[in-house]
Amino acid sequence: MNSIILRTATTALLPLLLLASVVILLRGHNEPGGGFVGGLTGAAAFLLHMLTYGPARCRRLLPLPPEAIIAAGLFVALFSGLAAPLLGEPLFAGLWTDFEPIPGVKVGTPLFFDVGVYLTVMGSVLWMILSIAQWPQAGAGAERGFVDDPQPGHGEAER
Amino acid sequence: MVLPLSVISLLALAALSPWLVRAAGRYAGWMAAAVPAGWFVWFASQIGAIAAGGVLAPDPVPWVESLGITLAFRLDGLGLLFALLVTGVGAAICIYASGYLGGHARFGRFMAALLTFMAAMLGLVIADDLILLFVFWELTSITSFLLIGFYREKEAARLAAMRALVITGAGGLALLAGLILLGLEAGTFRVSELLTMGDQITQSPRYLPILALILLGCFTKSAQLPFHFWLPGAMEAPAPVSAYLHSSTMVKAGVFLLARLTPVLGGTPEWTWTLKVVGGTTMVYGAVLAARSTKMKRILAWTTVSALGTMVMLLGLGVPGDAAAMTFLLAHALYKGTLFMVAGAVEHRTGEKDVERLGGLARRMPITAAAALLGALSLAGVPPLFGYTGKYLLKGGLEQSPWDSALLVAVTITGVGMMTAALLVAVRPFFGPRVGGEGGGGGVGGGKPASRTGEAGPGLLVGPAILATLGVLAGVAPGLFADPIVLGATDAVTGLPGDAELSSLHLFSASALVGPTGIALLGGVVLYVFRARFRRSTAVLDRLGPLGGPALFDRGLAGVLALGRGQTRLLQHGSLTGYVRTCVVGLLVIGGSLLIGRLGTATLLPPHEAIRPVEAILVGLMASSAVAAAVFRHRLGSVAALGVVGLCAALIFLLFGAPDVAMTQFAIETLTVLILVLVFHHLPQFRVYTSRLRRAGDLVLSLAFGAFMTVMVLLAVDTGFGEPISAFFSEQSVAGGKGRNIVNVIIVDFRATDTFGELFVLALAGMGVATLLIARRQRSGAGTEPGDEVVP
Repeated sequence: MNSIILRTATTALLPLLLLASVVILLRGHNEPGGGFVGGLTGAAAFLLHMLTYGPARCRRLLPLPPEAIIAAGLFVALFSGLAAPLLGEPLFAGLWTDFEPIPGVKVGTPLFFDVGVYLTVMGSVLWMILSIAQWPQAGAGAERGFVDDPQPGHGEAER
Repeated sequence: MVLPLSVISLLALAALSPWLVRAAGRYAGWMAAAVPAGWFVWFASQIGAIAAGGVLAPDPVPWVESLGITLAFRLDGLGLLFALLVTGVGAAICIYASGYLGGHARFGRFMAALLTFMAAMLGLVIADDLILLFVFWELTSITSFLLIGFYREKEAARLAAMRALVITGAGGLALLAGLILLGLEAGTFRVSELLTMGDQITQSPRYLPILALILLGCFTKSAQLPFHFWLPGAMEAPAPVSAYLHSSTMVKAGVFLLARLTPVLGGTPEWTWTLKVVGGTTMVYGAVLAARSTKMKRILAWTTVSALGTMVMLLGLGVPGDAAAMTFLLAHALYKGTLFMVAGAVEHRTGEKDVERLGGLARRMPITAAAALLGALSLAGVPPLFGYTGKYLLKGGLEQSPWDSALLVAVTITGVGMMTAALLVAVRPFFGPRVGGEGGGGGVGGGKPASRTGEAGPGLLVGPAILATLGVLAGVAPGLFADPIVLGATDAVTGLPGDAELSSLHLFSASALVGPTGIALLGGVVLYVFRARFRRSTAVLDRLGPLGGPALFDRGLAGVLALGRGQTRLLQHGSLTGYVRTCVVGLLVIGGSLLIGRLGTATLLPPHEAIRPVEAILVGLMASSAVAAAVFRHRLGSVAALGVVGLCAALIFLLFGAPDVAMTQFAIETLTVLILVLVFHHLPQFRVYTSRLRRAGDLVLSLAFGAFMTVMVLLAVDTGFGEPISAFFSEQSVAGGKGRNIVNVIIVDFRATDTFGELFVLALAGMGVATLLIARRQRSGAGTEPGDEVVP
């Protein structure tokens, strides 16, 4: 989508949205929020970039490919649960420290678990939507699709 | 504990064999042969004790204790006979495989499959538990599938392997049912305990189903009519496999189980008659087809079918027949192993399969020819070879049974066929005229000179030479090893030790020749001379093709596949609207039938707080947007209307104090709209595809579903759920979970294991969507599926 307004807005909004998603993730244990909503918000931030610049550039922007983000999320979630059995607690039992680097955010295994949820949700959504966006376009529909270098002057209305 | 070790060591060797092949190359077979050969020596050292009536039964290891299944092994006379065959012939086959397949790229895999097969067969014959026996039985089916289909690049080999697997696998299922029934009836799965319960089993009402199911398993495995056809097909396997499969393993498993269970199931008229009729028919049919075939391995395959029929028939005859069956089994293993290895060597050296196109090989391959001659004489039943002893006993067994004239005729016909087959296999290629010759039996034109023919290498010679020599020794000096082995086996089968004296029956005299044996031998020579005319006059058997087993099997298989395709087309039609319709109708039928009885208990309007104006507005907006989404003529409009429904739902969550759910709903709505926009141009044109009637039907369906959901919700509100768990959560959230957001504490702490499972589901869903799209992309044509219905 070739729009100067969107491009300018994206430049400002992308970091803000990502920051917001992390805030939602971290505050989740006490206030509304959490890894799931945070992950969706983070994915939405990247997808805004995709709408503006196309899926290929969005993929380049990601620090890891979406499938790797999913894998990282699953690993973090799994290892956060594996700590408890080492101390004789049941699997996935929450272990807390009194360490509070940010006021209101205590460090404990449920926090890492929530980070795993965040990453998995974000990776899955990105993977699905980027795959759909990069799907080959058929016939007349191609004009409306996302190409890596947006061309001006398209915009076929609803057929 | 030595006994189970035999199976375990072979399995371990199988696992190591790929590395062995990598290290030792074509000599891997020679080295691998040491293990079965060592076990052969060990088993041979037990002959004395076992023949004297001893039994080797190490303490069983519990396996599935709740079902009374144990890892029990036991070595008696019958098991010893088979164990000697499996290990002895197995060692010879290992060496032979080195010579035959040594340079093959997949030789390592071959040795692994062969040794696993060997271990399975050995386990089968020394298992003392019905279920354990069955596990080994199935393992032989699976490994033989791998071995028969070893030349996987050949379609015929793949087809033959699949036929063998499907037929023996189907029989295996029947066998499993039969064995379980038998175990339940007897109250034990231990074979050794079952052996004394024959009377109880044969008189039980379940005897007939047990017998039918077990016989089905044995007959499919041992290639009895009408399941015989997989065996001649299995000659597509490499020659070492054929030699092993036909001589001492696989097909003998069925005979083994019949012999094993003779004391349990045998002796009734049902047993006797089924075995006699099926075995006798198979015996004659196999012999006739053997006599009119021209391909070396095919001739041998048909003689195997015939021999298996003979053994089954003999087991049906009772006590004297049992002795004959065991003798014949040993003889058959020795000569059939020899002949198949010879056939493989000839094919390996000349590249020719048709005996009518081979000739004069005796001068070039003298050792092979000698082995072939000995094996063939034994096959034909010429004295004094061991095969003769088997045949002689066979007739002796018949003469002692009350009804014999019909079977005697059948045996004589079979003898003629076997003699002809023996001449075809051992005389025609080695001593016959070199090219074409005799007008080319079976319409075979001129042959090609076997130019690069020379004696086969040591790998191809050791096996057949040893087996042929053993065959001679067994006939000339039966007391050396044949008598004790066979007697021990017979005792185990009959359960009556010392009844049949092989040595006394063996006294062959001139009078034996003028009996049926003489007729069979002379008839065989005559048939051999006139074989061209015989093939022409029995050409009707070729025309039976469409009615024969393979054709029926293939048609059945095609039918099953067509049924699957039709069913898939019916259920997985690809129309999304159709799927939704199916789900909705299914829910309505199942859920509606449950609800109908409880309709009276639902109050139309349960007690509630006063409705705030904002709630009424939101609900009204939702309802009108839903209607709008269905009637809009623009796709974008419909999507926007659906978005309104979702956002209103999120606001309602917010109003009723569920900010977490509301936030998630907002995010989901945003992403849904994004996905819809992205797939817009992949969708078909937004217009009416369905008839007015169909749309009216869908409207009725939608209204019914809406009503159903409404009633559901009203009922749910009314239903008391007992003590709600939310009290516990709100109490424990801060105390145990150290968090004030109950929803989040539940997700990441109380129910973390559940969440982790859901994360996997989510990851799999993402993977599924991505791979589906990638698959579509690679099929080039994006575009739309025809048949997707879009309602305006």
